[in-house]
Amino acid sequence: MRRVILAVVGTVAGLVALLSFKSHLPTVPSAAVSTTGGTSGTSGTSGTPAPSSSPATVPGEYPMGSLAGQLPTGETAVTGHVATTVYGPVQIQLIMRSSKIVKVAVLRQPMNTIRDIQIGEFAFPKLIGETLTAQTAKIDAVSGASYTSAGYIQSLQSALDNGA
Amino acid sequence: MTGGQAGRLRHAEHVMGTVVSFDVPSCAADALGRAVRWLHWVDGTFSPYRVDSDVSRFGAGELSLAQCAPELTEVLEACAAVSALSGGYFTTTPGGRFDPSGYVKGWAIERAAAMITAAGSAEHSVNGGGDVQCVGDRGSGQLWRIGIADPLRPGTLALVVAGRDFAVATSGIAERGPHIVNPHTGQPAADLASVTVVGSGLTLTDAYATAAFAMGSGARDWVESLDGYEAFAITSRGADWQTSGFRAYLA
Repeated sequence: MRRVILAVVGTVAGLVALLSFKSHLPTVPSAAVSTTGGTSGTSGTSGTPAPSSSPATVPGEYPMGSLAGQLPTGETAVTGHVATTVYGPVQIQLIMRSSKIVKVAVLRQPMNTIRDIQIGEFAFPKLIGETLTAQTAKIDAVSGASYTSAGYIQSLQSALDNGA
Repeated sequence: MTGGQAGRLRHAEHVMGTVVSFDVPSCAADALGRAVRWLHWVDGTFSPYRVDSDVSRFGAGELSLAQCAPELTEVLEACAAVSALSGGYFTTTPGGRFDPSGYVKGWAIERAAAMITAAGSAEHSVNGGGDVQCVGDRGSGQLWRIGIADPLRPGTLALVVAGRDFAVATSGIAERGPHIVNPHTGQPAADLASVTVVGSGLTLTDAYATAAFAMGSGARDWVESLDGYEAFAITSRGADWQTSGFRAYLA
């Protein structure tokens, strides 16, 4: 479990990057944006071997809203605290099976501006896809340019800590 | 923000403008608390973003060095040594005003890890917002595995390094944009998208990563000349290079 937590903290840095490095968003290829539809394509372009999880739980699905009431046996929902960010409140729910994250749902996200919507359509799906990918890399921590203390980390981290 | 598997304690602390993640044995809970308090003390004393910190007041001329925490003297002497060793690419005035943060974070994290070692732990890690100090291994002889974030593809890993008793520090543009200035030109360093330095202690490993990033393409030969340090870099054009001994760390 600790590996997963660390990996996720690191991949959340990727989302913070998308938020802080604005020139990325206008150049996002439309194909990447279209993966918000819920296919398993988000992690396929990362250069990292694709997760070998069962097809019953497809990585890359990122539904809006709680999944707690509709889970198959063996899966549990872990809900993070609402994190207050400069962009607005963020809340994330993780779906766990045998201590592995198999899905991530977004319960609350900022929807105030076009930029918020871009974050929701691109950055969240990318974060979630990469969270699931990094989980398979079996790493203890991530080294990268310093990430800022953002609420996006808080929500995901608290969901993980609640499930640990 | 504390959890973990049996026998281990995980803690993520928001401090120094980032998140510091601890992975320690449960028996080191008291030391973890002391390490967290230490980091907050460092934040309050050394932050250039707090007008009442020693660093801010020293920089503004309100306090003499003797009136500041004695640790500031230690930090300034160490910064001067790194600056000399790096040909001036490491500086305590990166944005024109006094800011020793390029040294302080790694130093604070390494010392936090040492506090946990002193309490009896032989296997723990402290990750200061992407700069990691690993002590011992991760248990049962398994090496720590540290992913290196790919600065050009946010959220993905460029590669994974593995080791024990080592430090991994990365400087780059990915999280905060082009913010490291080449002190010789006054312009943001632009050759590299990121450079990762691996060494034994995070204090110098992190400071060298900052210097190497400012140095840009010249960093390869410079790190090659340093005993006990290796580097891996991704250039702003997406190419990559590594020093000759770096392969020993590849997982």
